[in-house]
Amino acid sequence: MLWDALSLQLGYNATLVAIGATLLGVSAGVTGTFLFLRKRALVSDAISHATLPGVCLAFMVLVALGGDGRNLPGLLAGSAISAWVGLLCMNWLTRHTRLAEDAAIGAVLSVFFGFGIVLLTVIQTMGVGRQAGLEGFLLGSTAGMLWADALIIAIGGAATLLLVVLIRRPMTMVAFDPDYAAARGLPVHRIDLAMMGLVMAVTVVGLKIVGLILIVALLIIPPVTARFWSERSDRVVLLAGLAGGLAGYVGAAFSASAPNLPTGPIIVLVSFVFFALSLFFAPVRGVLAAVLRHLQFQQRVHIRQGLLALAQDQKIYEPLTLRLLRRAGLVRADGVATDPGKARAAKALRDEKRWEVVRSDQAHEATAALYDGLRDIDTVLTQDQIAEIDRRIGGPQEVPS
Amino acid sequence: MSSEEFVPLSLTPLLIGTFAAVACALPGNFLVLRKQALIGDAISHVVLPGIVVAFLLTGAISTWPMMLGAAGAAIVAVVLIEAIRRLGQIEPGAAMGVVFTTMFAAGVLLLEQTDTSTVHLDVEHALYGNLESLIWLDATGWSSLWDLEALAGLPSELSRIALTLIGVILFTWLFWRPLKISTFDEGFARTIGIRTGALGMALVITAAIAAVAAFDAVGSIIVIAMFICPPAAARMMTNRLETQIICSVVFAITSAVAGYVLAGYGPLWLGGADAVSAAGMIATISGLILALTAMFGPCRARVGVQNSS
Repeated sequence: MLWDALSLQLGYNATLVAIGATLLGVSAGVTGTFLFLRKRALVSDAISHATLPGVCLAFMVLVALGGDGRNLPGLLAGSAISAWVGLLCMNWLTRHTRLAEDAAIGAVLSVFFGFGIVLLTVIQTMGVGRQAGLEGFLLGSTAGMLWADALIIAIGGAATLLLVVLIRRPMTMVAFDPDYAAARGLPVHRIDLAMMGLVMAVTVVGLKIVGLILIVALLIIPPVTARFWSERSDRVVLLAGLAGGLAGYVGAAFSASAPNLPTGPIIVLVSFVFFALSLFFAPVRGVLAAVLRHLQFQQRVHIRQGLLALAQDQKIYEPLTLRLLRRAGLVRADGVATDPGKARAAKALRDEKRWEVVRSDQAHEATAALYDGLRDIDTVLTQDQIAEIDRRIGGPQEVPS
Repeated sequence: MSSEEFVPLSLTPLLIGTFAAVACALPGNFLVLRKQALIGDAISHVVLPGIVVAFLLTGAISTWPMMLGAAGAAIVAVVLIEAIRRLGQIEPGAAMGVVFTTMFAAGVLLLEQTDTSTVHLDVEHALYGNLESLIWLDATGWSSLWDLEALAGLPSELSRIALTLIGVILFTWLFWRPLKISTFDEGFARTIGIRTGALGMALVITAAIAAVAAFDAVGSIIVIAMFICPPAAARMMTNRLETQIICSVVFAITSAVAGYVLAGYGPLWLGGADAVSAAGMIATISGLILALTAMFGPCRARVGVQNSS
């Protein structure tokens, strides 16, 4: 059943939803990356909640004009207008009053959403009878998706992607260093607004599939996921698009494969699974990689200290050190050094002595800064330099007992 | 409206709305000043899975398990946000966004998967609450306030939110000095021996308790609005914390009362037949107050930053 869904064989509606969700995921991931890099991820929360009054007002206007209240382009246009108004309010609050951005986000989010709910109850009492489905914008409803709806989502998503490609450079620069961008003469404030405008476009396009509460997830989770895998912004953008698209596709297919699996929440949960996998298993930034790095470091410290102890004929009591040395074949089971162990120990002690010389010598100041008790000296100095140091130390000496 | 109608139908919703608004606005003052205003938003989203899980475990709509579930979910969310922020080195806003949307999605999914058609538990209810339905049927007029038999029929939400409000006021009063110092100068607070980490956690927990109790009565939208709008509006009016808190309480009460009255009677005055959502209207009024103070408030400008830069 799931396989049928993944290969788009569950019928017309499921296929439409899967394609729409994939496109939405790609454009949300790509757009959200800039928002995330600008450290303003939660702005999307305010924008998405601010769409509700627009949807309701558009519905009322459409009904008053005698049309069908559920005309999707009309509703989306209304939601775009009110989201834009919310965005401007938020910007005004942060720029012209003492409120911090988070308070402005929360204020716009709650007030616009509250007003939207008032309008929603007004519509319910209007008795038009066709308001069913308007609540679907809260959490998305893909059940009755039409070809025309899918087309709107596809066109909107593609247009957003195109715009992102066009203004990606200024957006990246503003995201990383707004002061530098301003010094270069870029209109930072307008680029920020353009970024928000793109987020708004994605939100509006996504209303039908995931709804206004969960679209925030598609704008935040894929970029955060992608950030684990790369340090380059262009790759993060591509990966975020990939993660978002994949989550949209798998989520839509999964929700079509069984009853009672609402599309929006499933897409969000799938993308959270990608996030969790990245959090643990990503190279360099992942938790597993960090744990491995830590263990490796611990091992180096223990072996190094063990070798120094061997070289000075001291007894080793630390069980982990003994175990590591034994596994490396440097000591025997009773804790006595083997021949390779003796050689390595002598080398470690000599290296320590060499470092001592390096650190006491002003001429080697830059090298001395690299000393951390673990680094092999031949990785930072040339053979000639080491030979020079050895000459100063003199030949091998007996360790005083 | 005569007292025979007012007391049973409007008095309790008005009181509950007012108490909830004040209980959220008080910790909201500190959250706004500490730039943690969106914690209220996050908490009110994650409460949903907690309530659904509590319902699944007990199989009934009963208050205490649900409150416990909601509080548990709030704690899980706070821990998860911290863990993701530290383990993944992600900025707090994004970590919060990841956690609360995921938990909300999980809540919606659980809700869809379970058969809740027989009970009153749905997403819309969680969002807008049911303030209008918290009526006091046993009351006949003002005299019922002294009638023990009628008082027993008060909606239990009223006593819970009143208790919560008392708790929040006590917390603010007892920890006033440390709260104030650590909000404005955390470094100084630490040097004079205030445990700022524990205090910050206590503030978040107080906010979570207020949010859960208010959520139970009035839905999540008022919770978010009252955490942020009255304190933010009060911030435009004054530079003194004491005055700000008094202002925010006044604004919260004004929004709750005016919002409730407008939602109940506004449509009638305009010739409509039915009331609109009180929760939504209270949020709207608080937004209007914020807009007015942001335009005309005496301390609206960001003076300090301009001087220092």
